[in-house]
Amino acid sequence: MVMAVFVVAAVLAVVSALAAVSHRDPVVNVLSLVVTFFCVAVCFALLGAHFLAAAQVLIYAGAILVLFLFVIMLLGAPQTANDEARRPVQRTAGLALAAIVVVGGALLALTMQAVPPAAPVGSNAHAIGTAMLTTHAFSFELVSVLLLAAMVGALVLVRRKQ
Amino acid sequence: MLNLLWLVLAFPLAGAVVLLAGARRFTHRTTAAVGVGATGLSLLVALGVLASYAGRHGEVVTQTLYRWIAAGDFSVEVAFRLDPLSAVMLFFVTFVGFLIHVYSTGYMHDEPPTAFARYFAYLNLFMFAMLTLVLGANLLVLFVGWEGVGLCSYLLIGFYFEKDWCAAAGKKAFVVNRIGDFGFLLAIFMAFKAFGTVDMAGLQAAMAADPAAAARWATPIALLLFVGAVGKSAQLPLYVWLPDAMAGPTPVSALIHAATMVTAGVYMVARTSFVYALSPTALLVVAVVGGLTAVFAATIGLAQNDIKKVLAYSTVSQLGYMFMGAGAGAFTAAIFHVFTHAFFKACLFLGSGSVIHACGGEQDMRKMGGLRHHMKATYWTFLVATLALAGIPVFAGFFSKDEILAKVFAAGAGNLHGYGKVYLVLWGLGVAGAFLTAFYMFRAVYMTFFGSFRGGPEAEHHLHESPGVMVWPLRILAAGSVVVGFVGIGFFGPRFNLFERFLHPVAPGVEVEGWHAGPALEVGLIALSVGVAVAGILLARRFYFGPDAGAIPARLATAWPRLYRTVANKYWVDEGYDAAIVRPTNRLAWWLWKGLDTVVIDGVLVSLAFFTEIAGDLLRFVQTGNVRNYALMVLGGAVAAAAWLLL
Amino acid sequence: MAPSTVHFVILAALLFGIGAAGVLLRRSGIAILLGIELMLNAGNLALVAFARQHGSLDGQVFVFFVMAVAAAEVAVGLALLVAIFRKQQAIDVDRLAIMRW
Repeated sequence: MVMAVFVVAAVLAVVSALAAVSHRDPVVNVLSLVVTFFCVAVCFALLGAHFLAAAQVLIYAGAILVLFLFVIMLLGAPQTANDEARRPVQRTAGLALAAIVVVGGALLALTMQAVPPAAPVGSNAHAIGTAMLTTHAFSFELVSVLLLAAMVGALVLVRRKQ
Repeated sequence: MLNLLWLVLAFPLAGAVVLLAGARRFTHRTTAAVGVGATGLSLLVALGVLASYAGRHGEVVTQTLYRWIAAGDFSVEVAFRLDPLSAVMLFFVTFVGFLIHVYSTGYMHDEPPTAFARYFAYLNLFMFAMLTLVLGANLLVLFVGWEGVGLCSYLLIGFYFEKDWCAAAGKKAFVVNRIGDFGFLLAIFMAFKAFGTVDMAGLQAAMAADPAAAARWATPIALLLFVGAVGKSAQLPLYVWLPDAMAGPTPVSALIHAATMVTAGVYMVARTSFVYALSPTALLVVAVVGGLTAVFAATIGLAQNDIKKVLAYSTVSQLGYMFMGAGAGAFTAAIFHVFTHAFFKACLFLGSGSVIHACGGEQDMRKMGGLRHHMKATYWTFLVATLALAGIPVFAGFFSKDEILAKVFAAGAGNLHGYGKVYLVLWGLGVAGAFLTAFYMFRAVYMTFFGSFRGGPEAEHHLHESPGVMVWPLRILAAGSVVVGFVGIGFFGPRFNLFERFLHPVAPGVEVEGWHAGPALEVGLIALSVGVAVAGILLARRFYFGPDAGAIPARLATAWPRLYRTVANKYWVDEGYDAAIVRPTNRLAWWLWKGLDTVVIDGVLVSLAFFTEIAGDLLRFVQTGNVRNYALMVLGGAVAAAAWLLL
Repeated sequence: MAPSTVHFVILAALLFGIGAAGVLLRRSGIAILLGIELMLNAGNLALVAFARQHGSLDGQVFVFFVMAVAAAEVAVGLALLVAIFRKQQAIDVDRLAIMRW
């Protein structure tokens, strides 16, 4: 039963990822990616990381991709012309590299032992919260500073020169 | 007082530094005060040290300043050694040095203040280097002083460096010295390799402890050390720099090329006498070179017309005598001759300086004459010193030269190390040399001080005695030329020879076994050497004194013109060296420059730059400016790094 | 049979490869950023899988931080994209080749 859920989620993730990457229309790209993120959230849930699954949907699908849509609308859903100089070297090398990554990663995965995942301990959100605010408190604070910097940076970048 | 030994060196060094720093701003008076003062203070300290040392009965006193080299087992300290030998050297180096400094204030008076200061700075620096050489407790400190005096010699010979020939003379002195220094260095390396130490006392102990090694290494070390002495003390074949060195100011010639620096070679042989004592071969080489040089230089002196050149060749010749004595095992006799020679040769040089000063810079004796009427003090001191040099009894040179000749004869008659015949021949050369010495010195005396003045009426008006600062050192040195001989009277046997007894602990001679000169033979030998000297004087008188002065020599010169020209041109030795060594070396250097330096070395550098340029040209294609290309490269690099980490 | 760590990692590798292909092969700036997001997600998935395997919670905390950083990065990246659009009226990154020889 779990396996079936996994297989469905995996296949859907891969298909929608392909669509996200290859379609001409940017809106279609973004929406496909939303589907992919949902599938990844399902995988998170299967792995027992419930909090992360929720966070994934909230942050990625809910915030980041919405931001993408805003920008696409702002820019008027631009599409790139495909008749300009093709770059054969780039395309070949790019495809080759991507293939290498996939195959390499898969092979590496296969060399590992197939250990069934351990059972989760307690409430996932509670555990993560505790861990974040005690062991990883410093990183937690740093990330907030990072977010502040990103906000300021984004504002600065889009400012029109007066 | 003995622990103030280092002050003897510190004062001249400080004087040199101060004068070099303030050369542009000092007046003559300040410079003279600093320069002469530094040497004077050094002399006072030296006298104090010697007074304290007098009661020590020849004990060796060492003062270590600090550790200079510490490398594993090997360590060298900057240390000074006071023993009878260095005490003797310390005394006359500081004493004669001081007098020459005083004299220089008068002689160099016409120089501009900057040059005046430069002169005294170099002279003080020389004193420092010479004292380091003399007081060095190990071969390396001695070598530092050795090099230092070579440097100061170069600086002072080339003092008038605006004149090409003066600069060339300085360069020649330095280069020829360097050849000798190379031998010296090899000797130091060899001593270290064989015995693990370069300290004098240490070396002596090491050689005593291991006679087999000592026997193996003594000859090469001794011969290489002697190469250094040949360079520094101007023996055959490296004497050529000394006559050219007369390009420097006359007090420099007096100090460096008569009294102190050139005797460093003899000092060094006496210092390392324990090495020579173990090597009959080396002793023979030393004696032969010394003897040949003594006569060779004396013959050249016969035909020189420049008064300073006569004295220069005389110095070379007398140094030959010193080495002859050392080679016969008589180290104390050699040092005794160094000691007496310092006084009368310095007096002669300073006297010639006085003469040159009076003649307005003229050095050619053919343009002098009759000066004894105008310069009484100079004349009498010069005469006294000449008598000492000629070896006339009572004067100092007689005792020391006679001692050497007696010891060489003893080596010959007693068949020292089986080379008796050679030593006898050398003794004969020594006697011949004494004749020639007396002859050419009195030739100089007669040509300069007797007869009528041949330099023209204008110069004659300027003839005057030199000022007091120049005359008093002459008087003191002349008195010394008379008096200092008495400390080393050898006739009455070693018990009465104070000098020999003083030096015996550190430089014991190589005694001839089984032969001893009886009193009659001794008297006979003395009579022979004195007679030969007197004969030389009389012959010179016959040739150069009186109404037909110079007539006979002129006839002889026209009768054998080629012989005369050869001798007058110093046997064409300089020209020979020039053709055989200097020119080929110049050509080699030129080829190395054009062929090797510009083509190969510069080529390597240029090609390095060229390859860098090409590499840059190729690498710039990576910077396409295309973002996607960069992303590709980043990802590619990341995959490669991950692969390397995981595999 | 339950999906094990290997399954998840293989999925993550696939997603990562697809994302990489997107970054390298598309000319539009938006598409590139989307590809980057996909790659990040793939990494997250692998991290959680491994964390689960080792029974440690640190991996999940890490993933959370990665999400935060990804959000920040997207914000800045989109701001850049807007600035570029203002300049050249298109989001074709091939036209941005100014830093070339």
